[in-house]
Amino acid sequence: MSKTFVVVAEVRGGSLRQVSLEALQAASIAKNEGDAVAAVLIGSQITTLAADLAGYVDGRVYAVDHPELEIYNAEAYFDVVQNVFEQVTPDVVILGHTALGRDLAPKIAAHLGAGQISDVTAIEQNGGEAVYTRPIYAGKAFEQKSFTGGPQVVTIRPNNLSPAPSVSPPGEIIEIDYAPSGSLRSIVKDIVRKTSGKVDLTEAKIIVSGGRGVKSAEGFKPLEELADVLHGAVGASRAACDAGYCDYSMQIGQTGKVVTPEIYIACGISGAIQHLAGMSQSRVIIAINKDPEAPIFKVADYGIVGDLFEVVPLLTREFRKVLV
Amino acid sequence: MNIYVMLKQTFDTEERIVISNGQISDDGVKYVINPYDEYAVEEALLQRDAHGGTVTVVSVGPERTAEALRTALAMGADEAVLIDGDSIPGDEFSIATALAAYFGQQSVDLILGGNFSVDSGGGQVAVRVAHLLGLPHASSITKLDIAGGKASVQRDAEGDTESLEVALPAIFTAQQGLNEPRYPSLPGIMKAKKKPFQRLGLGDLGLTEANVAAKTNRLSLSLPPERKAGQILKGDPAQQAADLVQLLRTEAKLI
Repeated sequence: MSKTFVVVAEVRGGSLRQVSLEALQAASIAKNEGDAVAAVLIGSQITTLAADLAGYVDGRVYAVDHPELEIYNAEAYFDVVQNVFEQVTPDVVILGHTALGRDLAPKIAAHLGAGQISDVTAIEQNGGEAVYTRPIYAGKAFEQKSFTGGPQVVTIRPNNLSPAPSVSPPGEIIEIDYAPSGSLRSIVKDIVRKTSGKVDLTEAKIIVSGGRGVKSAEGFKPLEELADVLHGAVGASRAACDAGYCDYSMQIGQTGKVVTPEIYIACGISGAIQHLAGMSQSRVIIAINKDPEAPIFKVADYGIVGDLFEVVPLLTREFRKVLV
Repeated sequence: MNIYVMLKQTFDTEERIVISNGQISDDGVKYVINPYDEYAVEEALLQRDAHGGTVTVVSVGPERTAEALRTALAMGADEAVLIDGDSIPGDEFSIATALAAYFGQQSVDLILGGNFSVDSGGGQVAVRVAHLLGLPHASSITKLDIAGGKASVQRDAEGDTESLEVALPAIFTAQQGLNEPRYPSLPGIMKAKKKPFQRLGLGDLGLTEANVAAKTNRLSLSLPPERKAGQILKGDPAQQAADLVQLLRTEAKLI
């Protein structure tokens, strides 16, 4: 029996998200010969983006374009997905494990009576059955899971699978109308974009992260300057968040976000086990700390024992020299 | 208001994970209320104190989960319900089916839960329950104000703050920053012993084992490769900074 994989792609800040291409790649790893792949794109003024997306989809792209879909709303987006499912019956639905995916995927799973495997970091084929690897205990361990039957829902952690390659010819775009129901019980009133123009923490290739040693909200400034030079994002430890130096949305650890960047620069972070769980899968870890005994040095590829307020600006200067 | 909190008992986040005989070892492990669920309990108590009503904490889990529920009662919750987890697989489909069946028997105004659990971390159950009950939801909230049958909430969406208005009854999941959970007081602990504590099985929920059969299976477990300490850079800070950038170029080849 051939299956149909449906990837729900995502728009953020006017572009397609990288994780949506990774989700397409997930579909191509998990599928068998003869299975079909389709994609869904939801948003406002997405004609160009739908064409971009089609360049990666060997199948149909269902585009749902409406001004009221500019901002994610669980009920509205779910209505859209349901409309699309009238055109294409999914066996496997794949989304990014993003704010949108985390919110929408379980609703789709409940609707389909489906199992869901969340936050997948690797997929393997085992005799025609896909085996999904995902972190548990925030990455202190990993489990390998499979589905007992269908339908199936999967969310993909950003930055772990390679993006799908482009295809030629591009997929066929099918536009689907959307009529707002007018009876939504949840309404988004306002969005404060604290992150506009900034790289999202979970998708960042480079993260500069601050702990208690940063000492104050102003203390994050040199970290932000370094992150800007590296086109990276700024994160924090729980200690820094609890002390009020930064927003909880920046927290990395077992509570907070789990991140897997190529370079993680820990500044003034001692390295509590909860924090290590959230970042120890980073490719290269750099630790800057005054205390040579800090546990963070035990997991760091490169360590600098010193005052972050002296070292970080020097690093910014050195990186600027080689990157500009 | 009839306020309910979905609660899970998890390993303390200080715990290291040990795999023995293909299972996560629970030998000597300290258990806590899932940290995100703790915010949900606190918020339920604050809303009850502001608007009146009762707070019922509900969990699907093994017998040891009773301890977490008693902690929530000691914090100030009014009633606890433990749904026998030995007959229900840990799969999120199964847990959500059981919880939705329980809530289907209740008159519900507000259900709170954690954003995700710090152990399995699927982040599915609350949203699934909302869908099964036909209720609106907002996940990862950092602020909740209730007035006139409506909730004004703020939610964290990858660092952006969304303000939503949601009609009650509804389900919300708690993000850090929502509140500061209280510690159980000694009188609270004493009072908790006398509060209603209900134990329910699948049959009480009108469910059979087939209704809650798992949709996913765990095939194996593994630990992440252990990291080794690398090199501590030498020299004055300017030299260390220059060396580091050089090493990232030549050794790690990432810059």
